Amino acid sequence: MSIPKITTARWDVEDGHTLAGYERTGGYSALKKALEMTPAEVHEEVKTASLLGRGGAGFPAGVKWGFCPPGVWPRYLVVNGDESEPGTYKDRIMLERDPHQLIEGCLLACYALGLSQCFLYVRGEMAHGQERVAAALNEAYEAGYVGKNILGTEVSVDVVLHWGAGAYIVGEETALIESLEGNRGMPRLKPPFFPAAIGLYGKPTIVNNVETLSNIPWIINNGGQAFADIGEAPSTGTRVFAVSGHVNNPGVFEVEFGTTTFRDLIMGEEYGGGIRNGGSLKAFIPGGASAPWFFEEHLDLPLEKGTVDRAGSMLGSGAIVVMDQTTDIVKACHNVVRFFSRESCGKCSPCREGTSWLEKILQRIIDGNGRRADLALLMDVCDNISPGIAWPPKQTTICPLGPSAVSPIASVIERFADEFDAYLGEPSTEQAVEVR
Amino acid sequence: MSDDMVTFNVDGNEVSAPAGKLVIEACEDAGVYIPRFCHHERMNPVGMCRMCIVEVDTGRGPALQPSCMLTVSDGMIVDTQSDVTKKAQDGVLEFLLVNHPLDCPVCDKGGECPLQDQTMAYGPGESRFVEEKRHYEKPIPVNDNVYLDRERCILCDRCTRFADEVVGDPLIHFMDRGNQTQVNTFPDEPFASYFSGNVVQICPVGALTAKPYRFKARPWDLAEVDSTYPNAMGDRINVQSSRDQVLRFQGVDSDAVNWGWLADKERFSFEALQSDNRIGSPLMRGGGLNKADADGDELVAASWSQALGSAAKAIADTTPDKVGFVGGARLSNEAQYAWTKLAKGLVGTDNVDAQLGDELPPHALLGLPRATVAEACQPGGVIVLIGCDPKETLGTLYIRLRHAVVEDGAKLIEITPTDTGLTNVASASLRARPGEAGTVARALLAETVSGHIGGVDEDALATARDLLGSGPVTVVLGRGSLSESVDSVLEAADAFLDVDGVRFLQAIGRGNTMGALDMGMSPGLLPGRTSLAAGQDAFSDLWPQLPNSDGMNTAAMLEAGAAGNLDVLVLLGADPINDALDPAVAAKALATVPTVIAVDLFVNDSVSKAHVVFPAAAFTESSGSHTNLEGRITAIRQKVTPPGTARSDLVIAAELARRLGHDLGLETPSDVWEELGPRSAVHGDVSSAAIEADVDGVLITATGRVAFAPPDQAVSREPVNAYALRLVTARRMFDNGTMVQQSPHLAGFAGQASLRVNPYDFNRVGVADGEEVRVSAPKGSVNVAARVDPGVPKGIVVLDYNRSGADARVLLDPGATSIDIRLESKGGKA
Ligand SMILES: Cc1cc2nc3c(=O)[nH]c(=O)nc-3n(C[C@H](O)[C@H](O)[C@H](O)COP(=O)(O)O)c2cc1C
Ligand code: SF4
Ligand code: SF4
Ligand code: FES
Repeated sequence: MSIPKITTARWDVEDGHTLAGYERTGGYSALKKALEMTPAEVHEEVKTASLLGRGGAGFPAGVKWGFCPPGVWPRYLVVNGDESEPGTYKDRIMLERDPHQLIEGCLLACYALGLSQCFLYVRGEMAHGQERVAAALNEAYEAGYVGKNILGTEVSVDVVLHWGAGAYIVGEETALIESLEGNRGMPRLKPPFFPAAIGLYGKPTIVNNVETLSNIPWIINNGGQAFADIGEAPSTGTRVFAVSGHVNNPGVFEVEFGTTTFRDLIMGEEYGGGIRNGGSLKAFIPGGASAPWFFEEHLDLPLEKGTVDRAGSMLGSGAIVVMDQTTDIVKACHNVVRFFSRESCGKCSPCREGTSWLEKILQRIIDGNGRRADLALLMDVCDNISPGIAWPPKQTTICPLGPSAVSPIASVIERFADEFDAYLGEPSTEQAVEVR
Repeated sequence: MSDDMVTFNVDGNEVSAPAGKLVIEACEDAGVYIPRFCHHERMNPVGMCRMCIVEVDTGRGPALQPSCMLTVSDGMIVDTQSDVTKKAQDGVLEFLLVNHPLDCPVCDKGGECPLQDQTMAYGPGESRFVEEKRHYEKPIPVNDNVYLDRERCILCDRCTRFADEVVGDPLIHFMDRGNQTQVNTFPDEPFASYFSGNVVQICPVGALTAKPYRFKARPWDLAEVDSTYPNAMGDRINVQSSRDQVLRFQGVDSDAVNWGWLADKERFSFEALQSDNRIGSPLMRGGGLNKADADGDELVAASWSQALGSAAKAIADTTPDKVGFVGGARLSNEAQYAWTKLAKGLVGTDNVDAQLGDELPPHALLGLPRATVAEACQPGGVIVLIGCDPKETLGTLYIRLRHAVVEDGAKLIEITPTDTGLTNVASASLRARPGEAGTVARALLAETVSGHIGGVDEDALATARDLLGSGPVTVVLGRGSLSESVDSVLEAADAFLDVDGVRFLQAIGRGNTMGALDMGMSPGLLPGRTSLAAGQDAFSDLWPQLPNSDGMNTAAMLEAGAAGNLDVLVLLGADPINDALDPAVAAKALATVPTVIAVDLFVNDSVSKAHVVFPAAAFTESSGSHTNLEGRITAIRQKVTPPGTARSDLVIAAELARRLGHDLGLETPSDVWEELGPRSAVHGDVSSAAIEADVDGVLITATGRVAFAPPDQAVSREPVNAYALRLVTARRMFDNGTMVQQSPHLAGFAGQASLRVNPYDFNRVGVADGEEVRVSAPKGSVNVAARVDPGVPKGIVVLDYNRSGADARVLLDPGATSIDIRLESKGGKA
């Protein structure tokens, strides 16, 4: 069976981002079809498709949609377009190349859930994407796809475009909601603030990723079962991965979910095209900067949620960052930790103080001022952010950003002990710092 | 066990707690204290510091949870001592310390600092952090009185939450992110809040310090006592002193009253009590202690014996009806009783008035069914605010009312002439024209009305009317503006008496006015909320000279004094020149009455005209009790000794009685309750012991025999003159009142009076913002700076009361329903 392109089909169509191009290639047919169905039937198709969220946590969208407490209105749909995890750049291209597909996905979700208000939150730095979405929204309003009485029916949905102000943390759904409300983007504590129960303006709110929603038109056009037939349950359909780093052909690729392997994606001719300069693989990050790192022995794992979770990491945001044998592991580790330290929102102490402390220790090691005891200290600080340093991570923090800084350190500190040693110099007799 | 209790396990012990209670609080009730920094029982939890993290098992295995964000549930197992819990808490503490400057030796908080205490109790002995710490400019002012040291801050969100959630002044905020996150103000916008001092009290570290206290003392040198601030709310305070000097007031968390909060006006006023301007010895006009004074005309130091003798002689030499007593709201209940007994029972005059005619009359304070603050603020209730702005006059009542509306679903309906501090949380704001609050209240309670009533349109009335049915109604009633007749708010109160179960909370301005009325300090009244006539029998045995007809009120006494018909005027902490409604009459009276006797803390403008001055002890210098606007009696406790030879008001009354040849029979506060209890219909349960026993004091719920007297007829509505503007006078938090002016860190806030004008009317006058205009009323005119204020409705102007630069009283006409003024630019006419 050849695998169809579900979300990236229009990327090669010159005017795919315009209404004309979108309609010419079958756009808005799902909306018309759905308006003939009941909302419950639309919801059912999404459930059948077993569409996993593409934003990071991989929670089935159809199930999430059922979580709003009965009888509480209004409810909102919020589209998470804040994509800012290092290495992740699939949503951006989706926003730029096929904004109408996302808008149609939003309309279908709103119809299924009986909502009339959708907020589309786009990362502040994605100027081109914002322009494309804004233009598409104007066209869609003009053509009667969005707004009051959609296509002459009783259904009305408004879609509001909101630009972020440039903070990675507002990708976290509760921080995004705070930001949408006009507050400082800082996560809320879950529980009690699960968006489906207490979200935007305290009302039930469904937050979905750009890619998640971009799958919905195809699912309605072709049926949930057709989607579920692709991939390996529960990782059904296709998924879009961004491959970057030391490969010959970095880029964004839509592949069958659940069956394609990391090796296919990194080494395959039509995808990553192998390690640059004929080099060898040293390590790769399988699912965005927050994910624990993978190595050579993980290459043949399929890109399947359960499998990757069990192997001790995650597919997360679908960013695969490849490092070849020339990589300085300590510096690479420092680089990722520094990102989280800088992007910490500052709300909770373990992340605010801990991530920057980790960054400083690594910097000191790189600067040649490390002490042997720093390795144990690094791990103990990690443990105080993420007790047990296990996967899935536990946390003393409010949101998973803090523990994200632990991932790279925990991944490499033992495996590449020699590289740390090289920075630390010979083991000395200096007093070990007590680790509690 | 009732349904709303749950049973959970903490550290191996089964305990029960109300459902919905936070784990951190339920554990504390069970005797298990979980360390914390961000949690504050009077604010919404944020779960930021992570110090309170503990292992909790709700059936899915133990997991670390912040106990300040989690509510207890049946079967929950909380382990505050497990290795995992301990490691996590130690880790958090270490994180909080890595960038902390550890400048405890020079920090005000050292010795009373939760961070220091936690670290001493559980923390590591040594730091594992060898990196350079985060640096910021050492303390930066966030306003005139509060300094912020960002290096010490642990970002617990208490101050910022307080500013935003508790008082609605979101002027301090987090800025930047990650490790650079800091609390700060917006550029050029100071933390201008009436309540800023509270953040100093609740900051769990020494990041926020108060200028009036900075570097004055170390906590271990402070001695303290719980007491009551004698403002109308009766805020519970902790008075802290060192070496016989009061150095700090902290709010005490009383459920019934102030929840631990204080307005800056109260918090920083301790400075006034320590002021060098306090009177430290009796004063007399000429002929004092120093022979050289004999011929002078100045007030000079005198001996107690001289001063008492001179005062007693003046009283003895005339007839009782020519003696008058003005003031007394500053005094404790017990001193009020003593002075009333002296005046009415021994001297034999009913010319006694603690009020100055600028507040609600006694029958409106005693005769309406009264609410407690808690009743007014009950969840789901309806609060009707009539004629006053609590944010300006009763800081902690404002906080309680705001909380009721914002957090507990109470609905607020305002019937006020202009925006108030609560307008932005009000469900309905009915802008009644001055003089027409009663008309608007009647229209609100009528089935239907049409058109415009008293400046309010029918739709606004209908919206407000729909809210009325949603819960029990409490009317918060006050006399905010003196340029409209008090009859208009009384008419409004009368209208609301028809509402089923309605209760009233009277927004009084002057401190212990309720106590004064309960102690009979008003013409025609006797202690125990009874009238002169009705109370004769109860008191005649100990009060031999009881007069049998009603005496004069303050205005009448001043008129009589000015007309030469009064021989002795006793000022009990009163300053008629600045506070009486007619300053000219007051000044004339003080110049005319042959013997003016003053009992006060300071030589104010009126005291400076007195012939004999007795120095009184302040509320930090003598014990007694205070009655707040609910009728709640709480303890005032002495902490320091009075300056010089100053004595308590009660002792001064007793000494004067002795000189007059009587034994007042009252030496200590408890003597008062023993004498009054059996004679009063409402004070039977009150004793010094009962007052001492409870932080919430003794609440007098019984009603007395003073009936509310609605205005005779509907207040006449003055036609609106299209060319004129209607005047509102407004009391502000900071004014020329003595306590503010004698407190160096508050005095500057009073500023100059200004006139606030709607932008539309402002443009008609054609002056620049802040430019001086001339305000002319039938009775007089003043010049004052005019400011644009969109919160003032069209057709109305608001003039600050009791601020420098413009004395609003020259425009007043006590008889008028409302006062229309004309505005002119000083350059030409409008
Ligand atoms: C630190 C952090 C950053 C995140 N950033 C993003 C993001 O940029 N885009 C996104 O879609 N989800 C992001 N997420 C996940 C969201 O919280 C949320 O799970 C997701 O938007 C849900 O959509 P989905 O169910 O469609 O995946 C982030 C989560 C965390 C903890
Ligand atoms: S873990 Fe970090 S990003 Fe998340 S809430 Fe805490 S400080 Fe903010
Ligand atoms: S200044 Fe004090 S109260 Fe404010 S956030 Fe910092 S530590 Fe908390
Ligand atoms: S006290 Fe619970 S997180 Fe701060």
